[in-house]
Amino acid sequence: MGLFIAQLLTGLANAATLFLVASGLSLIFGVTRIVNFAHGSFYMLGAFIGYSLMQVLPGAIGFWASVLLTGVLVGLIGVIVEVLVLRPVYKAPELFQLVATFGVILVIQDLALMVWGAEDLLGPRAPGLKGVVRIMDEPIPLYDLALIAITPFVLFALWYLIARTRVGVLVRAATQDREMVAALGVNQSWLFTGVFFLGAALAGLGGAIQLPKGGADLLMDFNILAAIFVVVVIGGMGSLPGAYIAAVLISVLNVFGVTYLPQSTLVLMYIVMAIVLTVRPYGLLGREEVVGEHGQVGEPERPIKPASTKARVLVGILLLCLFALPLAGSHFLLILTTDIIIFCLFAASLHFLLGLGGLVSFGHAAYFGGGAYVAGLLVVHVNAPMELAFVLAPLGAGLAAFIIGWLCLRLTGVYFAMLTLALAQLLWSLVFQWDEFTGGDDGLVDIWPAEWLSQANSYFYFTVVVGVGGILLLRHVAHSPFGYALRASRDSQRQAEATGINTKRVQWMAFTLAGTLAGVAGALFIFSKGSVFPNELEITKSFDGLIVVFLGGVKTLSGGVVGAASLELVKDYLTRLEYWRLALGLLIIVVVVLAPHGIVGSLRKLRERLSGRAEDDVSTVTSSATATANLQSPESER
Amino acid sequence: MSETAPVVLKVEGLSKSFGGIHAVSDVHFELARGELLALIGPNGAGKTTCFNMLMGQLKPSSGNVYLHGEKITGQKPRRIWRKGVGRTFQITGTYPSMTVIENIQMALISHHRRLFSLGPHATRLYREQAMQLLELVGMPEQAERACAILAYGDLKRLELAIALSHEPTLLLMDEPTAGMAPRERIALMQLTADIVQKRNISVLFTEHDMDVVFAHAHRLMVLNRGELIANGTVEEIRNDAVVQEVYLGGGNLFAEGDTHA
Repeated sequence: MGLFIAQLLTGLANAATLFLVASGLSLIFGVTRIVNFAHGSFYMLGAFIGYSLMQVLPGAIGFWASVLLTGVLVGLIGVIVEVLVLRPVYKAPELFQLVATFGVILVIQDLALMVWGAEDLLGPRAPGLKGVVRIMDEPIPLYDLALIAITPFVLFALWYLIARTRVGVLVRAATQDREMVAALGVNQSWLFTGVFFLGAALAGLGGAIQLPKGGADLLMDFNILAAIFVVVVIGGMGSLPGAYIAAVLISVLNVFGVTYLPQSTLVLMYIVMAIVLTVRPYGLLGREEVVGEHGQVGEPERPIKPASTKARVLVGILLLCLFALPLAGSHFLLILTTDIIIFCLFAASLHFLLGLGGLVSFGHAAYFGGGAYVAGLLVVHVNAPMELAFVLAPLGAGLAAFIIGWLCLRLTGVYFAMLTLALAQLLWSLVFQWDEFTGGDDGLVDIWPAEWLSQANSYFYFTVVVGVGGILLLRHVAHSPFGYALRASRDSQRQAEATGINTKRVQWMAFTLAGTLAGVAGALFIFSKGSVFPNELEITKSFDGLIVVFLGGVKTLSGGVVGAASLELVKDYLTRLEYWRLALGLLIIVVVVLAPHGIVGSLRKLRERLSGRAEDDVSTVTSSATATANLQSPESER
Repeated sequence: MSETAPVVLKVEGLSKSFGGIHAVSDVHFELARGELLALIGPNGAGKTTCFNMLMGQLKPSSGNVYLHGEKITGQKPRRIWRKGVGRTFQITGTYPSMTVIENIQMALISHHRRLFSLGPHATRLYREQAMQLLELVGMPEQAERACAILAYGDLKRLELAIALSHEPTLLLMDEPTAGMAPRERIALMQLTADIVQKRNISVLFTEHDMDVVFAHAHRLMVLNRGELIANGTVEEIRNDAVVQEVYLGGGNLFAEGDTHA
């Protein structure tokens, strides 16, 4: 019983940090509709800045002053990010801001590395709260009790701010209808900035306040990201009390998990989330999101056309170049090109889902890594021949997508995105923690292609045929009746359903197809590398896919492939630098700001402007008839 | 309409409450083949709610809807559509990322049950039929334009073409002329009336513009606070005391010759 109480208290104390960070994320999303991937980075900065401040400010007063000051400083950093990076792209197509926040993650990672070094920092203990009290014979740190006591006050203060003050009224109004708030004379950009300050400050506070229990290291940003997404989704988007309950639930469960189910601590969180969302699709205290028209903000996508002769010739030449590449004799070039083709296929499959389907999946790596693992497990455990493994890998990935797609498509918008993320992380944690079967952290190694493909050249040709074939297949499907039905379901679900289209089923099949082709990419990957590790189905891999699809251009058919090829090439060069993350992050931010329609979209616009062809340009029309993205504006259809 | 024309749509005791609010209560009516029936009423009378229940977007709290004698209450919109019911929306729902003609082809593809086909090039399917529909609503020259850049009146006409694509026997039009210029309104309803006559289909529509209603409807129903308070010919409705009370607070705006178009 004593142990039980002690664990409950530890869980409650851990919930403090989780709640602070998650409530910031929830606030920022609620008002700006930006899913702030960089939120974990603000949390990490909070830890580092708090650590430094605590070194110079002495005593108990110094400690708590440091915590508060950290909040303010991180809030100000949030303001800088908002003004410099996000403000220029608020008008960009839906979710494009994700890419910008991802650039911010990279920049902050390297800046933190420069300032604080690579060593993990052990947090100082809180002066005056270093001791323990014994409750039923179990030692409970005083600091834990302090955290447990403080959190409800923070919750109350936030609730008061949102529910009872004028600022709160504006924030809530902006959450519901930003345009109306702007029309009523509220300076929207400063409201956004203010909310960003508050959200980032909360993350910073969270980072500082956990120092005595943890510390500061460079992996904190991604480590907390998935957890706060889960908390926000379980609690219900935009609900502060919901976030608190969810934070407590997850933290307590985690503590008990460590004791009773040490093998499955990571999985537990995602299972809870899946259960909650099955029973309450909009979270514990969330409200139902009214389904809007999918996928379109700002100017709509242009009608697609079959490739022109010029484009076909161009692709033909490119293919010839690919086939001639081994003649160049550079082993390195072959490996790089193989990597690029595989990544392009992965990106194309995500683009199919995201661009044509309007279905924003945050967990697409599950099918890429899933495909790779299916092949790897077959080879390692049953000694399957490469050919068999290669065929079954996409089928396995497709089956995973079939099941996960069915679960996720019951939800829409950001809930859909979050659930795809959570279920992908569920798969990842399974792979990561099920050592005996999957090799866990050590991955699966020594998985090589069959004899007839064992030459570097032959596997390269194999990759070109399968990879490019997959990409062309996706393009073919985009033009097929099914591809049209998918776009119709995205453009106007209402009209589609009213003309006989079972939109959910169309989307489900698209999800499965995209997963299957990601699985093909995964199979190509594992046999080219000879090994696979859990990070191939982790959150960062999914984000990589999202970044290139957005960078390339969501509303253009070739966006995914172009984005993937560009980024992979650039990355290959940049990663030779010491602070490559900083360089890459800055580059991404610059591209985001300069080319808000993605690379392909912006190039097309440039060409049109140069040739003076603006007639019939959809951008010249106001968006009265334009559908609104379900993620950005859930209230669009009434 | 002749009394002997077969009944296409029959509505019995249709009701819908949202919480404690009775949006629609106990609505009864029948719609005969080839009939153009207008459903009018003040804002918030429950017209759109009624429509959404007929087409399956909303489940009724009670009551039944019969199409050609078959009960279709509470079925999904796409099922009802497959039974030969077309609808247009108060706020147009089209596919902005497609061309005008592709919008119609999409409905035709659905009608021919080829939604899951992975065959090549959807744009080549059913083009001629789609073109004929575009000609029917008088916008063939716009076929290749992006749907996103259409004027609102054209969107309404496009929606009509989409709704007609599977040769429905019943057309439900929710405020077909909302947001259009007076001249456009008359033209669109004239077009609809012609099509109805040519194809002998039935139409139920809601409308605010009394000129449009009186010019084209064969019969009128008046909805007020969710209840059907009158049902009859144009003449009968004009002279109905209750309707005048509801609409005009006793004044007489329905006097003959009172047009402002």
